[in-house]
Amino acid sequence: MTDSALIAKFAVRQGDDALVLGHRLSEWTSRSPFLEEDLALTNVALDFVGRARMFYQYAATLTGGDANEDTFAYTRDAREFSNLLICELPRGDFAFTICRQYLYDAFALPFMQALMKSSDQQLAAIAAKAEKETKYHVRRDTDWMLRLGDGTEESQGRMQKALDDLWGYTGELFDVDDVDRALIAEGIVPDVSLLRDQWLETVSDTIARANLELPQADWKAAGGRDGIHTESLGFLLAELQSVQRAYPGLKW
Amino acid sequence: MVVDEANVIPLLPVEELERRQRRINSECPDLWRILDDVMDPEIPVISLYELGVLQDVSERDGHVHVLLTPTYVGCPAMKVMEEDARIALEAAGYPDVTVETRLSPAWTTAWLSNEARSKMAAYGIAAPDSEAAQCPQCGSEDVQQISEFGSTACKALFKCNACAEPFDLFKAI
Repeated sequence: MTDSALIAKFAVRQGDDALVLGHRLSEWTSRSPFLEEDLALTNVALDFVGRARMFYQYAATLTGGDANEDTFAYTRDAREFSNLLICELPRGDFAFTICRQYLYDAFALPFMQALMKSSDQQLAAIAAKAEKETKYHVRRDTDWMLRLGDGTEESQGRMQKALDDLWGYTGELFDVDDVDRALIAEGIVPDVSLLRDQWLETVSDTIARANLELPQADWKAAGGRDGIHTESLGFLLAELQSVQRAYPGLKW
Repeated sequence: MVVDEANVIPLLPVEELERRQRRINSECPDLWRILDDVMDPEIPVISLYELGVLQDVSERDGHVHVLLTPTYVGCPAMKVMEEDARIALEAAGYPDVTVETRLSPAWTTAWLSNEARSKMAAYGIAAPDSEAAQCPQCGSEDVQQISEFGSTACKALFKCNACAEPFDLFKAI
């Protein structure tokens, strides 16, 4: 693959992570525990959908032809989506949503900071935008982790369960494949496998402060980057893409 | 060394300095003035220029090129800002307009001028970056955060403990 094809692939992966996670967050709109939290989750969803657009738009300019942000979002099937599995898991209860968000954002912050140093100017510019928003997200997620973990017996139990259920999906955040290796060699993308220690340190600290226990998962789920997904992605896409599937090419 | 605060010149971020110089050295000051009437749709007392979103405007053979940088990438108001800039220029006799959105340099609240901050506060939105959040209604610093997010992506929700009024705070990013 040429460099631009590799970068496009990387950008689509990032766009897929952001779109799928953003969609999961948007499912809370009008269903959150209280009004302020409804606004907050919807705003975070908006940040992620915005992030997806930046990556898809860039991928489209590299791909050329008829590709645009909408064709990436609305006309591909589950097998063609390359998001990490952690992003697609059903939203669960509020503890699960917050815990997933925290584990992902705690990774996204050092990742975006490293991507800001990319030799590819557009990727660096996108990362600089995403990094500012991620800092804010991490602060909010951490507050909730502490509040729920160190809260009532009920909230602590739910948070611990969410953490245990999610832990096996976090390994995939740090996987590197041939696409990554080619881009890492040229200084275009960071080596995510090197970010694991820093992530674990940050996350362990929060987990301890939240009065929760660090899970000892002996399993790891992976395959998202190759289009091997859990069954829930298909249902998510069926809803996300329903209008474009029923009326192909429809304009707003 | 004791620093006399009155003599300290506040340092502008480099990108903001360059942006202001682009305006000062511009060959089409009229176009900048036309766009001064285009307000942020959510905070209609601040222009796109004051907000830092309007990065450059130029003209060649009747064709106008406007360069914007987004505040938040998911902000729905960005599309409205593009349209409003186009409409203002059209009304002023420039029908041939291209609006380009560029991500870099990444927008930051550090670009907001003191004037913009005062206008924002007068409108009821607490400005970012101040040492302590201040109630825009009564000026009290005895405030509490209700939510990290407010009515739009760029704001957080606060409440004043002194006058009991809720208010939006423009998030510092």
